[in-house]
Amino acid sequence: MMKFSKDHEWVRLDGDVAVVGITNYAQGALGDIVFVELPEAGKQVSQGKQAAVVESVKAASDVYAPLSGEVIAVNDNLKNDPSLINSSPEDTGWFFKMKLSNKAELDGLMDATAYKKHTGE
Amino acid sequence: MTANASANASPRRTTLYDWHIANGGKMVEFAGYEMPIQYPSGIMTEHLHTREHAGLFDVSHMGQIVLRGSEAVAALEKHVPSDVQSLKPGQMRYSTLLNEWGGVIDDLIIVRPDTGYDLWVIVNASRKEHDLAIIRGKLPSNLIELVNRDLIALQGPHATHVIRALADNDVVEKLGFMNSTWTKMSGIPVLLMRSGYTGEDGFEISVDPQSTETLVSILMQDTDVKPIGLGARDTLRLEAGLCLYGHELNEKTTPVEAGLKWVVNKARLSEGEFAGASILESELLNLPERSRVGIMVDDKAPAREGTEIQNTKGEKVGEVTSGGFSPTLQKPIAMGYVDKHLAVNGTRLQLIVRGRPLPARIVPLPFVPHRYINKGKMP
Repeated sequence: MMKFSKDHEWVRLDGDVAVVGITNYAQGALGDIVFVELPEAGKQVSQGKQAAVVESVKAASDVYAPLSGEVIAVNDNLKNDPSLINSSPEDTGWFFKMKLSNKAELDGLMDATAYKKHTGE
Repeated sequence: MTANASANASPRRTTLYDWHIANGGKMVEFAGYEMPIQYPSGIMTEHLHTREHAGLFDVSHMGQIVLRGSEAVAALEKHVPSDVQSLKPGQMRYSTLLNEWGGVIDDLIIVRPDTGYDLWVIVNASRKEHDLAIIRGKLPSNLIELVNRDLIALQGPHATHVIRALADNDVVEKLGFMNSTWTKMSGIPVLLMRSGYTGEDGFEISVDPQSTETLVSILMQDTDVKPIGLGARDTLRLEAGLCLYGHELNEKTTPVEAGLKWVVNKARLSEGEFAGASILESELLNLPERSRVGIMVDDKAPAREGTEIQNTKGEKVGEVTSGGFSPTLQKPIAMGYVDKHLAVNGTRLQLIVRGRPLPARIVPLPFVPHRYINKGKMP
């Protein structure tokens, strides 16, 4: 099941663990991504607060945690090849995995249909 | 994710607005105009295309000011440190418009056309009305005026063969970098200038707005030519170590600080008959307090405009004025100002990015060598 935040992050849920990335719409808006700063494993992140930074050729943008919890793994492949976020934003271009502290927050996220509407596509 | 949105009620459009949209241009507001930041292929691809082939840029938002008569030329000279009078027909020169403290009101290209007007000056979009008022002073408006002309740039190693195929006679062979001529391209009268803002050989073409779309469609018939947006224009000029007004240059920065002391003509400096002359003279004698430098970061994180520059002891010694990722070098590059004692190639620095000091060092500019063609000569 995939859910989406209004800030263009996606979440794929697997039990208590959520995989997080930025959406295809977001990577398209950013353009060529040249650098990503990921949180350290073990870090506590809060819904709506900055969790990572992504830099395109033209600018740096914050990536917010779509849910609250503890970061348990990050995608090290992005450090050497940040362009994975452009080529495969919703699969191999994932950012981090987190253990959720409040599954009720999921209800505030959008499903694919609602997100599509949100981006005006 | 943060999304950037600009909110100005009525930005202006260039003649090519519909053409940009038809080509998938992503429009943003820049200097009061709706301009393409990029096309669908993206900044990286557009940048590399320009370095390898030929990129077409709509820079019609820039101002083109014509000057008629010796009074008008003298009026311009009062605000620039360059020798304008000695420009031969066809020659053009980069210079700075100065305030009385030697600060840069604008940077500009002064052209002495081979026929017609006495001078033809190309200025930044954001400054054109202000520049006009400064240069004109109390002179009658018909002597110095902004003209309704478009400006198209074709830049890159293949620009020459594209222009050669379209321009009259052997005009390209005669035209060296920073020279211009009135000519016809496929029958369209243009002021053809061999100049640009990418570090590559190339041309800037001043054309009547009635003919702009025709000219562009003819240029685009060559498969080597692709449209390039403002995003790549910025990364190209940064790699070429060129100043951008509002970033490296402003009214509190002198051309000497900006590393542009070559725009200051010695004879004109000793005469002292232009705004800010005494300040520039003292800076040239004693070194300015700070200088523009190139900075290479030993890290993958780009350091953006406004980034604090520290010495290795952690003391603030300057600020980044332009910074980003170099598509050619595939690493971050930056320009900024540092205290005069540190402005030496090889000096170790640190840049504070999101609270973290990144090791960096001063490197010579440009980051990517210029490839101007200087050998051509005007007849």
